[in-house]
Amino acid sequence: MSILEYNGAAMIAMAGKNCVGIASDRRLGMQAQTVSCNFQKVFPMGDKLHVGLAGLASDVQTVHQLLEYRLNLYELNEEREMSPQVFSTLLSNVLYSKRFSPYFIEPIVAGLDKDNKPFLSGSDLIGATVIADDFVVAGTCTGNLHGMCETLYKPDMGPDQLFETLAQSLLAATDRDALSGWGGIVHIITAEGIVTRELKGRMD
Amino acid sequence: MGDSAYSFSLTTFSRTGKLLQIEYALNAVANGRTSLGICTKDGVVIATDKKLSSPLVDVNHVHKVELVTPSCGFVYSGVGPDYRVLVRKARKSSQSYSLQYGEVQPVSQLVKETASVMQEYTQSGGVRPFGISLLVAGADGDGTPRLYQVDPSGAYFGWKATAIGKNYVNAKSFLEKRYQEDMELEDAIHTALLTLREGFEGEMNCDNIEVGVVRGGKFSVLTPAQIQDYLDEAN
Repeated sequence: MSILEYNGAAMIAMAGKNCVGIASDRRLGMQAQTVSCNFQKVFPMGDKLHVGLAGLASDVQTVHQLLEYRLNLYELNEEREMSPQVFSTLLSNVLYSKRFSPYFIEPIVAGLDKDNKPFLSGSDLIGATVIADDFVVAGTCTGNLHGMCETLYKPDMGPDQLFETLAQSLLAATDRDALSGWGGIVHIITAEGIVTRELKGRMD
Repeated sequence: MGDSAYSFSLTTFSRTGKLLQIEYALNAVANGRTSLGICTKDGVVIATDKKLSSPLVDVNHVHKVELVTPSCGFVYSGVGPDYRVLVRKARKSSQSYSLQYGEVQPVSQLVKETASVMQEYTQSGGVRPFGISLLVAGADGDGTPRLYQVDPSGAYFGWKATAIGKNYVNAKSFLEKRYQEDMELEDAIHTALLTLREGFEGEMNCDNIEVGVVRGGKFSVLTPAQIQDYLDEAN
């Protein structure tokens, strides 16, 4: 059993036309046993940036707190918002600084830059980052997630279509994974604001 | 750092509440060659008197205006060797910033860092304050041009236009008369050269002054040929 599969997770971030969406499941398990169906794995970092953390739950919470600390100090000192590109670089450096005793998480970053252009990135547990223009996935069923996204994704979707695509991809992928699912949550970020919807899915 | 015999701070308060070492450092600055800067809405110019002690000195190997980040540069008045140490530290710290955040360090952050270093040297054992005041020209996080002065105490100020070093009082009143809110960078460069010439001993030419410019968010040091063009226009 890999430490990254102890608690279970599934998440997707996808780009649309002048919008991004990020979705995750809500299960917190301890191997086979399910402990919670409303565990938060996607965290807002400002009005136009979200970070999703898949992996060991303890590290999910710790890294979230660390990122918030760094982001807040940056915004206080620099008197400006942190752009998604800078956030992604920062996250990569935070993870690499623990190269030899890593945080057991796989993050994805979704945001809009100052011109409201979508930004997506994902990385491994030691900070190797990949920037994508369509979608990024993370969790215990990435094979399923990649397959669903590749099939359902189209470029330049509007916010409503983006929501549908994210929801269907997430639900279908987690239905075939024992360790993830038990509910879902989708955030759609546009220049106007963030719309959050909860998904009703198979609770098994 | 330092011998145990020098483990106390050399910068200690006097009875009247002054830090005399800092005052003396400011005297060293006031004896240094004049430097000035002007900040406009589309750029910043900094300039300094580079008059050297003898015509035998190879002028090309002396640099007073230095690039620190691609969008920011320094110039100084005071003790040259102290300046070089600060430029090195500032370059290193701005590279750390770039490594951390993947972006060029904005001038306001660079100034805070550098000022913090200068302040440390007023409150540590076995060291003395830096004998220089810095003029920092750069672009901020949102691209706005900015001019800052940093003193030996670590205090820093944002300026529209200022001068430091010998003759700074006259230079500042000259600048005060000529500064306009809607000035453009080209006007500012002319005004900077005129102000420098006011207090210049002897003839001013492209080899005994140095000029740095922030234009379009990028800092560059003007070549002697470029300075000569501006001087020719001014005549």
